[in-house]
Amino acid sequence: MPTFWLIACLFLMSAAGFILGRYRAVLSTGGEVRKLHSLPSYYGYNVALSTLLPALAALALWSILQPLVIDARVSGMISTDMNSENTSAELMMSDVQRVSEGLNIAVARNEMTNEEIRVMDADTVDLRSRLADLGIALGSEVRPEILTAARQHQDMTHAGRLMMTIVVVLLAIVGFARSYGLTDKDFRARNVVERCVFALLALAASLAILTTVGIVFSMLFETISFFGLHSWKDFFLGTTWAPNFRGDSELSILPLLWGTIYISLIALLVAVPIGLYAAIYLSEYASSSTRSFAKPLLEILAGIPTIVYGLFALLTVGPMLVRIFGRGSEGLLGLTWMTGATSVLTAGLVMGIMLIPFVSSLSDDIINAVPQSMRDASLGLGATKSETVRQVVIPAALPGIVGAVLLAASRAIGETMIVVMGAGAIAKFSTNPLEAMTTITTRIVSQLTGDTDFASPETLVAFALGLSLFVLTLGLNILALAIVRTYREQYD
Amino acid sequence: MKTSLDRHSGGSLLMQSTRTKRRNAAETRFKLYGIAAIAVSLLMLMVLLTTIVSKGLGAYQQTFITLQVELLEKKLDKKGNRNLTDIKKVSTFGYAPLIKASITETVEELGIVTGLKAKQMAGILSKGAAAQLRDYVIANPGRIGDTVQFRFLATSRVDGYLKGRVSRSSIENDKSIAPEHLDLVDSLIEAGLIEKTFNIDFIIGADASDQRPEAAGMGVSILGSLSMVLVVLALALPIGVGASIYLEEFAPKNWVTDVIEVNISNLAAVPSIVFGILGLAVFINYMHLPMSAPLVGGLVLTLMTLPTIIISTRAALSAVPPSIRDAALGVGASPMQTVFHHVLPLAAPGILTGTIIGLAQALGETAPLLLIGMVGFVASNAPDSIASGLLSPNSAMPAQIYEWAKRADPAFYERAWGGIILLLLFLVSMNLVAVILRRRFERRW
Repeated sequence: MPTFWLIACLFLMSAAGFILGRYRAVLSTGGEVRKLHSLPSYYGYNVALSTLLPALAALALWSILQPLVIDARVSGMISTDMNSENTSAELMMSDVQRVSEGLNIAVARNEMTNEEIRVMDADTVDLRSRLADLGIALGSEVRPEILTAARQHQDMTHAGRLMMTIVVVLLAIVGFARSYGLTDKDFRARNVVERCVFALLALAASLAILTTVGIVFSMLFETISFFGLHSWKDFFLGTTWAPNFRGDSELSILPLLWGTIYISLIALLVAVPIGLYAAIYLSEYASSSTRSFAKPLLEILAGIPTIVYGLFALLTVGPMLVRIFGRGSEGLLGLTWMTGATSVLTAGLVMGIMLIPFVSSLSDDIINAVPQSMRDASLGLGATKSETVRQVVIPAALPGIVGAVLLAASRAIGETMIVVMGAGAIAKFSTNPLEAMTTITTRIVSQLTGDTDFASPETLVAFALGLSLFVLTLGLNILALAIVRTYREQYD
Repeated sequence: MKTSLDRHSGGSLLMQSTRTKRRNAAETRFKLYGIAAIAVSLLMLMVLLTTIVSKGLGAYQQTFITLQVELLEKKLDKKGNRNLTDIKKVSTFGYAPLIKASITETVEELGIVTGLKAKQMAGILSKGAAAQLRDYVIANPGRIGDTVQFRFLATSRVDGYLKGRVSRSSIENDKSIAPEHLDLVDSLIEAGLIEKTFNIDFIIGADASDQRPEAAGMGVSILGSLSMVLVVLALALPIGVGASIYLEEFAPKNWVTDVIEVNISNLAAVPSIVFGILGLAVFINYMHLPMSAPLVGGLVLTLMTLPTIIISTRAALSAVPPSIRDAALGVGASPMQTVFHHVLPLAAPGILTGTIIGLAQALGETAPLLLIGMVGFVASNAPDSIASGLLSPNSAMPAQIYEWAKRADPAFYERAWGGIILLLLFLVSMNLVAVILRRRFERRW
């Protein structure tokens, strides 16, 4: 990978810059370090940073912008070439990209040479089957104009890469030369370096914003193009989820939302009572030795990866529920209510187990924050411990507990592996907890794994689902925080 | 009608009134609920752990069949010149008769009576047996013509029979194995030719196809997971520490800082699958990084773990008392020197603990990896360099477990549980390191 070596090269240059800069600074005073404005290493850092940073920034910027520019130019070429045909420019563009990528892979694996591609004629060479041999599936036969565009795309990418390497190396050399020239005993190297480090720190902090922006925009753009292909009315108000590849899919979020909420509800019905009672017992009744023994054990449950819970649901809890509620005369209760191991109850129960430590540790903190004086006052009036907890501690901690439950709900709605493995794949409105149902996260996974075509509504719907999920969980989190902030009583 | 006084009367110091009794009973009940809640949670933990261990330990043992195979020259090297290109022309089909001959001979020697034909008898061996033979011959062409002892993997059905998963009644509808096979296996066990031993290939080997659960291993996906964790460590630690230093030590109190702080706490609660969508849209569709590459997985997990690391690093930084900063500033250090020379080293144990816990979280995460394609059959062997380790398609431990759980053959379930044991061992050791770090270096001010 040339970019990898380019970066390695930049780091090498900057390391050399450090040594040279430091050496030159010491030399400028004739070896008397005391006469320097800053410590000698600051001069080294100055040269190293000015070699590395502009070059790295240029590299990052270029890699982000180059695909944009090339895509715009190639798609401009396509749309002027053949607006006569009835395919959308976007579809053609994705074809061009796949062909171009396929050719790159073919060259990288020595299956084709660059010359061969240059003279290739789409009418005579069956490019589709050749690329399919390499594991690159194309939606349709490669037409000549697409091959031309792909060749253009490839050429521009190569030229862009080359230019990027030159620019980046030049920038590194210029940065080095400039800072090396400035290195002198009176140069305020420490101030410069510190300002630079400060900027880097601020940049690191703003990456959080960048991530959020990235999340929102990456999903927003695809969601908008989804709503261009599929009516938003069906998505938000329809009642059926039935994707197919004939093009008349019904893609409505409502049945998925129902499945998500139903499963989360069962999970909360398991987790909230158990978690809350566990937290009350641990903070109000348990001796410190019980506490120090039980609390870490509970936290182990929180540290277990969700894939483990998913497997537990699929292979242990599901079959167990079938043995209880299903199998007719062979089952434990002689019922035939349940046929498959995946069901709302399976996923809900296991997710509930997963959420117990989450609820209990959050509630534990909140209950502990209620001042002891309130308990003492209640006990002093003759209330029993349980009356104190129920009538004084819980009401005082209620906003926090409600916040904790909402956070747990947001966790449950966004949980993926347990429902992918335990809930099933059937989208429907049903109130029977023993039936398989599906959730938003499950559908996101199934629409985006395997062969995906980013121009079809069946794939793009995953982004709309993702955005809805993001908004939903974010809303719950903000609501939880708002409740805690508004209703929290300040006791101290 | 009773007055309120009546209800309170009737008790004394020596005898509880009905109301006191009721209240005390409620108290006991309430306490019992609490104990029950704890007991249920701990019971669930126990059930979970015992299920994992009891179902997963089997994956670390595998059934092997020892056979003497005569490497016939006329089959493997017709020209007799030991030329490797000629030897390589013989495909695995050419090796199958050797195995059949060997197993027939063994059965005859031992005097075992069976109604099976030679081809059927070879059905107790893994489908990879011929390939194993071929690899050996290509590696040692000089042994052609000799009789060599081999340890072949038994098929997953035979393996299941030795582990108690498969029985004569459970194979009634199974086409790939018949009760006669099990009779043969019983006789071979008596003869000491079939044995169950520790299976290192499960830990270091690669995944195998649907047909050969007995050969599937975690090794390559462990490498995939480790390279992802390395990427996360290399990116999330510097960025996370930098962001925390800025927010904790230098950030001015203004709306920008507020926005960043709210953002970070919100990102910590974003479902992990959303980060997968981000990775798919940005790193794969937009930046055209290779699908299924650990580098992309590492980038996605970095974004996901950053909030965790930032939150714990900030806690560690703010635990360093202001007097340290004042003293450093007082002797003439610049604010930057104060932070990097004094505050950061003192906060290092806390930062490391938080980072390790963040890495453990990244190691166990599955959902975002499904979206960037780090799931599926990766037949390749271990990557040969760092760059190919980061860029060539690979799986990750949790994704590999998910893949096995999806397959139809129940023999893969045992391997999925076994994989979970490995994954949990990694997580436990990481958390242990974090606990030890905290115990040894934590300072109370």
